[in-house]
Amino acid sequence: MKREKLFIVVVAIAVGLGIYIFSRPSRFARQRAVSAEGTLAPDFSLRQLTGQELSLSRYQGKVVLLDFWATWCDPCRDEIPHFVELQNRYGGQGLQIIGVSMDDGPEPVRDFYQRFKMNYPVVMGNAKIGELYGGVLGLPIAFVIARDGRIVVKHVGATGVSVFEKEILMLLQSQK
Amino acid sequence: MNLTFENHRILLGGSLVSLVLAGVAFAYQASLPSASRLINPDELVKVLQSSNGEKPLMMQVGSHVLYSQAHIPGSEYIGPASTESGVQQLRHRVESLPRSKFTILYCGCCPWSHCPNVKPADDAVHAMGFTHVKVLYIANNFGADWVDKGYPVAKGD
Repeated sequence: MKREKLFIVVVAIAVGLGIYIFSRPSRFARQRAVSAEGTLAPDFSLRQLTGQELSLSRYQGKVVLLDFWATWCDPCRDEIPHFVELQNRYGGQGLQIIGVSMDDGPEPVRDFYQRFKMNYPVVMGNAKIGELYGGVLGLPIAFVIARDGRIVVKHVGATGVSVFEKEILMLLQSQK
Repeated sequence: MNLTFENHRILLGGSLVSLVLAGVAFAYQASLPSASRLINPDELVKVLQSSNGEKPLMMQVGSHVLYSQAHIPGSEYIGPASTESGVQQLRHRVESLPRSKFTILYCGCCPWSHCPNVKPADDAVHAMGFTHVKVLYIANNFGADWVDKGYPVAKGD
């Protein structure tokens, strides 16, 4: 009888462990959970289209919209004119939009930058910054970062400009 | 039944709207690979895990920055098929292969309906006479529909 009970307990533990292991996200999926809301935005230093280095830490004290995008990405392209408008409207109040292009080279980005009259800095991204921000494995992805450097919201996929504007306004007004 | 001028206008307007909507729907469908050529992520995982059957040649036809962060193990980086150089690279890679070669194309850069790469890639290999081609259906992006599902992933070049 005792042996039967022991057997049941061992089986129950094994089943429980099995369920736990198989229901856990993979190592990659766990890594992707970092750089989400509430954590400090990882600092980086990347070359801008102008050739100058840009460090995120330089913008501490500003509300930052960090936009991962690419010229070949339709939903990303649709968002750019709205970002230009937001930068125009709220730049004076402390908003700084930063574009991180995930294009393979800077040539199409330079052309795009001119055509769309972009008014905020764009750096050329790479796999390292992608991993730093939890894996940028689909575009667009945008992070709204508070003045203290915390990531407040991560938006995956196309997002309405009114959503960004609401979040930005809230941060601009609440953290002066 | 007598149709007044107003009735005619309504009928004509309705027909025009229907035509435009049908045109938009057709253009939308035409910009995506046909349903019969798709393979779902879970189906592909089964193919890769199976000890039977031909293993496919898998090619990523999107951005290198995305490929180097995460890709399907064993898949090759080709380049964005929305560009001429990407399509050329794809043609060059497959030109010496038997036309019956089991081939998988995938990207996952963007939501399916916005992906600029899979359709030109599929068209290119189709035009070359390949008969056993599947395009991996990635609904949202490679991160959400492959990596986050716990499917096998490799990094680097």
